[in-house]
Formats: sequence, C-alpha cells, structure tokens
Amino acid sequence: MRVVEAVLSIFINPQFYKIALTVATPLIFASLGGVFSEITGVVNIALEGIILMGAFTSVVFTYLTGNVWFGVLMAIVAGLLMALLHAWGSIKWAGNQVVLGTALILLSQGITGFLMEPIFGQPGQTDFVGKIDEITIPGLAKVPFIGQVIGEISPFVYIAFGCVAFGWWLIYKTKLGLRMRAVGENPEAADTLGVNVYAIRYFGVLMSGVFASLAGAYLSVGEIGQFKELMSGGRGFIGLAAMIVGKWNPIGAMLSSLFFGFFGAFANQLQSLQQIQVPANVKPLFDTIPFILTIVVVAGVVGRSRPPKADGVPYEKSA
Amino acid sequence: MRKVLESILVPVLAVLIALLISAFVIVAIGKNPLQAYAVLVRGAFGSKQAIIDTLIKTTPLILTGLAVGFGFRAGVFNIGAEGQMAMGALIAASIASNFGNIPPVVAIPLTLVIGMGAGAGWAAIAGFLKAKTGAHEVVTTIMLNWITTFVASFMVTGPLATGSGTPKSPEIAASAQLPILMKVGAMELSAGIIISLLAAVFMYVFLNKTTVGYEVKAVGFNPYAAEYGGISVSKNVVLAMAISGALAGLAGVTELMGVHHRFLGELSGGKGFDGISIALIGQNNPIGIIFAALLIGALRTGSNEMQFLGVSKYIVIIVQGIVIFLVAADRIVRTIYLRKKVKS
Amino acid sequence: MAPEVNEIKTAHHLYAVEMIDITKRFPGVLANDRVTLRVKAGEIHAIVGENGAGKSTLMNQLYGLYHPDSGEIRIFGEQKRFHGPRDAIRAGIGMVHQHFMLVDTLTVAENVVLGSEPVKGLNFDLNRAREEVRKLSEAYGLYVDIDAKIEDIPVGMQQRVEIIKTLYRGANIIILDEPTAVLTPQEVEELFEIMRNLKKSGKTILFISHKLNEVMEISDRITVMRGGRVTAELITKETNEREIARAMVGRDVVLKLDKPPHKAKDVVLEVRNLWVKDNRHLNAVRGVSFQVRAGEVVGIAGVAGNGQTELVEAITGLRKVENGEIIFLGKNVAGAHPRQLREMGMSHIAEDRLKYALIKPFPAYYNAILGRHYKTPFASGAFLNHREIKRFTAELMEEFDVRPRIIEHLGGNFSGGNQQKLVVGREIKAHPKFMVVAQPTRGLDVGAIEFIHRQILRMREQDVAILLISMELEEIFSLSDRILVMYEGQIMGEVRPEETTVEEVGLMMAGKRLEEIRGGKK
Repeated sequence: MRVVEAVLSIFINPQFYKIALTVATPLIFASLGGVFSEITGVVNIALEGIILMGAFTSVVFTYLTGNVWFGVLMAIVAGLLMALLHAWGSIKWAGNQVVLGTALILLSQGITGFLMEPIFGQPGQTDFVGKIDEITIPGLAKVPFIGQVIGEISPFVYIAFGCVAFGWWLIYKTKLGLRMRAVGENPEAADTLGVNVYAIRYFGVLMSGVFASLAGAYLSVGEIGQFKELMSGGRGFIGLAAMIVGKWNPIGAMLSSLFFGFFGAFANQLQSLQQIQVPANVKPLFDTIPFILTIVVVAGVVGRSRPPKADGVPYEKSA
Repeated sequence: MRKVLESILVPVLAVLIALLISAFVIVAIGKNPLQAYAVLVRGAFGSKQAIIDTLIKTTPLILTGLAVGFGFRAGVFNIGAEGQMAMGALIAASIASNFGNIPPVVAIPLTLVIGMGAGAGWAAIAGFLKAKTGAHEVVTTIMLNWITTFVASFMVTGPLATGSGTPKSPEIAASAQLPILMKVGAMELSAGIIISLLAAVFMYVFLNKTTVGYEVKAVGFNPYAAEYGGISVSKNVVLAMAISGALAGLAGVTELMGVHHRFLGELSGGKGFDGISIALIGQNNPIGIIFAALLIGALRTGSNEMQFLGVSKYIVIIVQGIVIFLVAADRIVRTIYLRKKVKS
Repeated sequence: MAPEVNEIKTAHHLYAVEMIDITKRFPGVLANDRVTLRVKAGEIHAIVGENGAGKSTLMNQLYGLYHPDSGEIRIFGEQKRFHGPRDAIRAGIGMVHQHFMLVDTLTVAENVVLGSEPVKGLNFDLNRAREEVRKLSEAYGLYVDIDAKIEDIPVGMQQRVEIIKTLYRGANIIILDEPTAVLTPQEVEELFEIMRNLKKSGKTILFISHKLNEVMEISDRITVMRGGRVTAELITKETNEREIARAMVGRDVVLKLDKPPHKAKDVVLEVRNLWVKDNRHLNAVRGVSFQVRAGEVVGIAGVAGNGQTELVEAITGLRKVENGEIIFLGKNVAGAHPRQLREMGMSHIAEDRLKYALIKPFPAYYNAILGRHYKTPFASGAFLNHREIKRFTAELMEEFDVRPRIIEHLGGNFSGGNQQKLVVGREIKAHPKFMVVAQPTRGLDVGAIEFIHRQILRMREQDVAILLISMELEEIFSLSDRILVMYEGQIMGEVRPEETTVEEVGLMMAGKRLEEIRGGKK
C-alpha cells in the first residue's frame, strides 16, 4: 500500500510535470524537425546526428565567446549545414535517404569526437561552459502549482511550443504549407503545376535542421551547460517515433512528445522514490523504459498512421 | 572483369575522396595529413605485431559487415548489429563461464551457437515487428541497441559482476575459448578469423545457390512479386533479420571467445556501425566485405598509432561517414568519374 | 468572362498550336521524328496512334515537360520556348494527364489552386479558392464537390477537377490525354458534352485517343501517328474508321480473332458471396458469386476501381477474404497462401506486372521460375539447379518469343511486351488448371496483344479454366464465353458476348442491373 501511495504521490508533485516538460522539449524539437522534412517527402534519420552537432556547436561557441545565445545561433548554423548535406544527397543526387542519414549520424559522431581534444583539450566531455538560465514569468510564477511547473523554466520550453504553433500555422495555413504537403504526397502533380519540388524539399529539410539543432542546443547549453559524447542519446529516433504517432502533424508530434516526456519523467521519479529504494545497479533497467515504450508505440501505431505517399522517394523528372 | 571493376569503382573512389576530405580536416587542426596517413599505414601494417593486430580487429568486422550486408541483400536495414553483437557476447558469457566440465569440441560450438542464437533472437524482434506491424527496423533496432546498453550495464554491475574495478563478467571456461593460431608479443590471433571467413562462404552459398537464398533476395527486391510467387514475405523478413542478427551475434561471441574471454559491459565499441560502412564499401558482396573489413580494421588499428601525433582516432569515423554518404548517393561519385573521363 | 477574350485571340490567328518539325530522342528511341502538328483555334483535334506511337511525348513537349531536340512550337502564331509547365501554362495551355495529377490528401479546391494560390496577407486564402472553383464549376457545367478530398471522390469527378484546374489557370488550349480510358461509355458521353461546351466557349481541345469510334464522334480533324511520325492528317467528316486504322497500324485492318466453339466442362472455381476490403479498409468486393468451368473464359468487365483488383487479389491469395468462400477444385481456399494455390494448379498473370509479376533486378532465368523455384526440376533439396533453370528459360523464351533471347538479361531491362511474354510463358508453362488473367495487354503494341490473345485461347482449348479481367471492352468481347460486369464491388449481371451489346454492358458498368435494363425494355 505504501508503495502505491508513493507512486501516486509522484503525480501530485509539480516537480514531476516540470521534469516531464524538460524531457519532452528536445523531443518536441526533434519530432517537429521530422515533420517538416517528411511532409515534403524526405526521410531524415540524420536528426540524431544534427542534435549531436547542435549540442556540440553551441558549447563550442559559448566556450569561445562566453555568449550562450551566440552559441545557440551557431548551433542553428551547424544544423543548417548538416541538413543541407542531407538535402543535397537526397534531393539533388537521389541517394538512399536512410543510408545518407546514417552517414550523417556517423559524421556528427566523428566530427564532435575529433574536435574535442583540439578545442577542449580532453576527450569524453567538456567542462561547464555556461548555461541558459531558467526564466521567471512574473505573476505566473506565483500561481500555486502551475507556477511551480511553468512559472520558472528554461526558455527553450517556451520556444519549443512557439515553434509548434509556428509549424502548424506554416503547414496548414499558408500557401507554402499547401505546397509542402502536395510535394510530399504527389511531387509529380505539384511539378506539373509549376511548383518547384526541389526547392520545397530543400526548405523542409533545412527547417528540420534548425529544429533538431535547437534540440541539441537545449540538451547542452540549455540544460547542463556542457557537452558529453553521444549526448543525443537516441532522441532523434524517439522524435521520429513521436512524429509517426503524431501522424506527421506538428500538434500531434508535440502531444506524443509530451507523452514520451511524461513516461521519461515517471521512470526518473520512480528511481528516486525512497519508499521503493531502487538499488543502484537496477537503475539502468529504468533507463530502458523510454526505448521499450518507443518500440511498443511504433509497432502499435504505425499501421494506422499513414505517411506522406512520396515519403522517402527521391523525385526525378521523367525526362 | 569489367563488371568487377565497375562494381568496385564507386566504393574505391568513395574511400579515396573520403581520405582526401579528411586530409583537409587534419590540416584544419594544424597537423600534416601525409605524416598522419603514413603513421596510420605503419600502425596497421608496419610490423608483424601490427599486422596481427589488424587481423584481430578485422575478424569481428567481417562478421558485422556480413550481418549488415546480408540484411541489405534481403531488403532490411539492420542498423542494430551493435546491439545484437553485444547481446550475443553477453548471453554467451553468462552461460559459458559454467562450461568448465565440458570438453572443447562441445563447448566451443555450443558457445558459438548460443551467441548466434542470442543475436538472432534479438534481431528477430525487429523482424517480427516489421512483418506484423510494419514498424521500421531502423527505429526498432536502434531502440534495441539502447536497451542492450542498459541491460548490459545492469548485468555487469549486478548479476554477473565480478572482481573490482571496471565492471565485467567472469571469464568464460577455458574449454570455450577459441584456439590461438598465432602469437606475436601480446597479440594473439584466434581461430575467429577462420570462423569469419567461413561465414563469408556461407553467405555466398546461401544467397546464390539455395532456394531460401532465392526467396530472401526476391523479398528484398520486390516483396509484392515475392508474395505473388508464393514466397511468404513476413516469414522471410523475420528469417532475414534473424540470420543477419546471428552473424552479428557471431561477431560478438568470437570476440568473447577469441579476444577478451569475458564480457566487459560495453557495447561493441562501434563495430556494429562499422558493419554498415563495410557492407556498403563491399557492395554487399561477401568477398567485397572481407576486403572492406580489412580496410576498416586497418584504419582502426592504424589510427591508434596516429593518436600519438595528436590526430584523434575519430578521423576514422569521419572517413566512414563520408564513405557511406558517397556510396548512398553514388551518383556523385559516378558524375565526378565521368566528368574526368570526358575531359581526358 | 474568359470566352470573349478567346474570340478576340482566335480571330488573330488561324492556328492555336503549331508544332513544326519536332524531333525528340530518348536513349535508344526516336520518339518523335520530324513531327508537324497544326491545330486550328476553336476545334477539337484528335491525335490518334497506338501505344508508343509518340503521342504522349509530343504532348509533353507542348506542355513544357520535355524539350524538343529540334523543331519549333508556335502558339497563336507566336514562337515559344517552354522551360517547364509554368511557361506552357502562361501561354494558355492546360493538360489533363492520363494518370491524374492530383494530390489525394488535399481537397478539390486546394488541388485546383495549387501552384497559383490566392493569398490574404501571409495566409493562403482558402475561401477565395473555393469561390473561384465554384464559379468555374458553374460556368462550364463541371459538377464537383469542392471540399471533398480527392481520395474520396469518383474517377469521373477527379477528371472534372483536372479540367477545372486548366480553366483556373486561364487555359485556352486544353490537352486531354486518353481521357476516356477510365470512364464508362455513359461517362464518356458526359465528357463529350463538356468538351462541346468548352469548344462553344472558344477553347481549343487536343484529344488523344486510340479509340476510333470516339474520335469519329467528337473530333473535327485528326492527326494520326505511327512509330514517332505523322502518317495522316484527316478531316473527320471526310474519312472513316478504316482509313484511320490503316494509317495507325500500317496495314489494312486489325485482325479479328476467330474463337472456335468449345464446350465448357466441370466447374473448377466457384466464388460464393465473397467480401473483400481494400487498402483503406472499405468494402471493395461486396457479395460476389460466380463459377468458372474448365475450357471457358469468363470475362469481368468494369471501370477501373470497382473491386476487380481486390477480387483478383482475394482469389489468388494476395488479399484477406472478409467473408464468403472460394471453392477451387472442390476445396475452400479462402485465406490460402499463394504457394498453396499454385501447388493446386492456379496461375496468375497479374495486372501490374512490374509490381507483382516481375522482379526487375533478377535475370530472366530467375524470373522464369518464380513460384516454382523450390520444386524439381529447378531445385534439388535446398539448392537451386542452375543448369536446368537456364535450359528451361531458354526454352520458354524461344516458345514465347521473348526478345532479346538472353537468359541473363535483367527483368527490368526487357520492353513491356517482352516482359509480359516472359510472365505469360511462365504462368502457362506451370500447366495450370485455372488461370487468372488480369489486364494482360495493357500498354502493349498490336503484335504482342495478338500473340497473348492467341495464347489465352490456346489454354481455353486445353480445358484450362480462365478468369479474364480487363478494362478494354474489345478484349472482353473477343475472348470471353461469358461476361460478368462489376460495379462498386457487385456483379450487375451476366451476359454472353453474342447476345449483348456494348451499350448494354456499358449501362451495367455504370451501375444498372441487367434486370433493370432488360426489364425496362420490355
């Protein structure tokens, strides 16, 4: 009984919801990146690598300039460059998008690992270089409970939700969005109407680079203020799972990211419950929860969630 | 002959271009790339000991290369060789430490089979999910890799933990260790290399001479036509993943039985991912994979030497990333080649 | 309104379209060889020719999708160079492709305006888009459901959406590429009515077809193509089907098959109250029952998308049966795997040979054994018997005239006709008791069509039971002993070709039951 009570007590603790939001934030960015790329017809598993590059670049430039926001800006630039490579390989050269994505993941791991020593003088992880502080929303912070959840939180959380709103508006309310959806579904039809399929796809992939790099920047300078090797930790892939579950819709992707966030936070809180007293060596098993969950969710949902028809298919004019 | 040349054109040029680009990266950090590459070659082939080391590193790479390559031939992208390899080693390690009373003729094959079975089973989960629900194997195998990481870490700090210092499993029984073929200094080349070459022969015969190989390839090329021709797609997807996983598990278990003799709690250290580049460089052909594995094995061995120059061994990962990129978008390479041809 | 503008324009110049001395080469093919086409303003101009005659290539150049290697294009007398469809659209050209260029997940209105969307500030102005579509729809009598998604509307309406798309972009010249292929005879009449309306309001129409009766009915003038060249320019009123056919085929008249009488024997396949769902989980086959006997050809006619594909897939074990029975040789085989069915003596010439019947990267000798690759003599135990496989393939290619006769040639590298001969040969040489033959001649030239028709009749004489599915009424009429007509997943009636008319079958294809038609007459 005490255990059940203790487990339930997690849910009345505002701290739990705050953690859930912070776990969800990088996933929201990643899944939104996935939506932008795949809705135009380009599969982008390179997200995982772009997150890593974003995390690294923001730490590097924060370290070099002392300005955290400049670090974030440069992370976006790095994300754009990586996305540009992916777009170039998959759109211009009609390469296998999944294999290209794998190449870019390896490249990111290589580049970040390679540059650790020349820049920071040590492999593995950097020292603390600076961190973006939580912001306090005046007034809101004083509201009981809600204030404890979102009254004082990383600005990235707000940015993430802002990006979702922006993404939804762009995709469903503008002419560019209409063209993006058309290009991902039937590029030939769009082409015969004079829509520039290649340009639209470049745009989608580049935007995915922006969002994924923000996910990375959040993980490093947004959360812990340092870079660790392989710190993307599979979030690119979990983000893709969230995108699938969210049916390639920014709002859906956000909701399923939140769902993953809640489970992540729950696993996290469970481990530290005094009433359960999880032995230290069992803790790694709790870490498997988000990954098992991803498999279950992807396997359970994928049949009912239909991807854009031309997703992953390079477009080549027949002439 | 011309066909062979044409088929190796892309991978060979891709490797050369990758080395060239990486040279610029080395210049960018203020080092001399020619010197670095010279050290790399010397580190890989410069002495008897270096050559043995290269062969030791090549052994599991042939197997992970075959694992991924087999998957590609069957139309599945097994990006989870990493986890399957660790799973094979982990399960085999936890059982084979009790094989003290079993003679080597039984213990060695038994341990190999356990490792292969563990890899096969782990991969078959992804195959099954793909066949039944359509869940993409890239997502599921990556997730399985992460799960393996944590399970392995739990096993070596918990149930299997032994001794102090770095977490590790107990040593497997001597009767389950692979015989040593050659010993130079501290370097021991085990019979694992023979196992990996046999696996390449197996893959060749299986894919080209058997009816099941025909079916697996048919499913890989065109699942609709395969089903139409009476070939069960779901059965073959699971089978393809399982065989691919068995090869990866074999990589893990030969490492266990031939090199470390115990499970060290870590994943394969990137050998599963190396398998992807090896399969692509080797064009998914067993003979090509052997050479590609030798190349990556040499890069891995030589790059350790290069570290003393202040050039991180991560340069090898960068090289691999570029190679995979160029092989995936092979038209880049073909276009460069054709342009040169037109000019000359 | 647009029509007045056109009248002024047409008055300026006699010809709306002139394509002069157009040559277009693809690797290995001379698709257009100094082709000259002149289309008068305000006329309906038919371009006829067989598959591969170069009609589509010519039209794609007019629409800016391809660029001619040489020659010039003039629109209302003005020389043009199109770098893409956008230029052609700007010059007042619209095209309705044979395979509709519609985005399934977008609505009718969104599809119409795609590429030239009205905007309000930063936003896409959906309401104005709907309004524009409504106006055009009313002005030309093109009824469409503005807010429905394309995937939810019937083919005929999709075609009207395509026509509205061209009008929205201000097209004066409208290209219709094989527009009747997907329509019932009655829908064809509706389309012709629309075409006449468009002509009345001053539009110029290019009508691509290979159906001579339609061309005779609707066109003013005709350009005939064969093998990449123009072989005749005719005025419809002054010519006849025979003359067009001669120019089109290069010999006198298409051969009529003579189908010897043959007595049907025992029932081989019986379908009882069959229900099957399509990919979208909607009922595609709804309670179908029929029999096929040894030595007879049962033809299933119908417009594409009325459940024929799902019916075939269910019978051949490729799709789940929701309800009902499929009795094959006395045994209920609903839900059986294709392998079991093949073992029992079922063969299948699939409608989409590149998707189902052929593995493109496999050499001919692997494609030739698909389905029997694990049986003797092609396999001994677990191993393939390559020597026998290759001998068999060489024999098959000789017998069914597959060219080039290279057994190592990859499946994807044969021409369409030769791919189909390879598939037909493989399925026939399996010595089936029952054969499903779906769209066996789609996209083939006359020679290959004739060859394949003869093979089907030869099988009939050998007492094989044959189920033929075709969208080509001519094919159905000339091969079948009995004709079933499918509409929205149900069978509208059964008739014998010698006791019915195209009109009657057409009415059934449009959803009238045989009883209604014949009852109505009485």
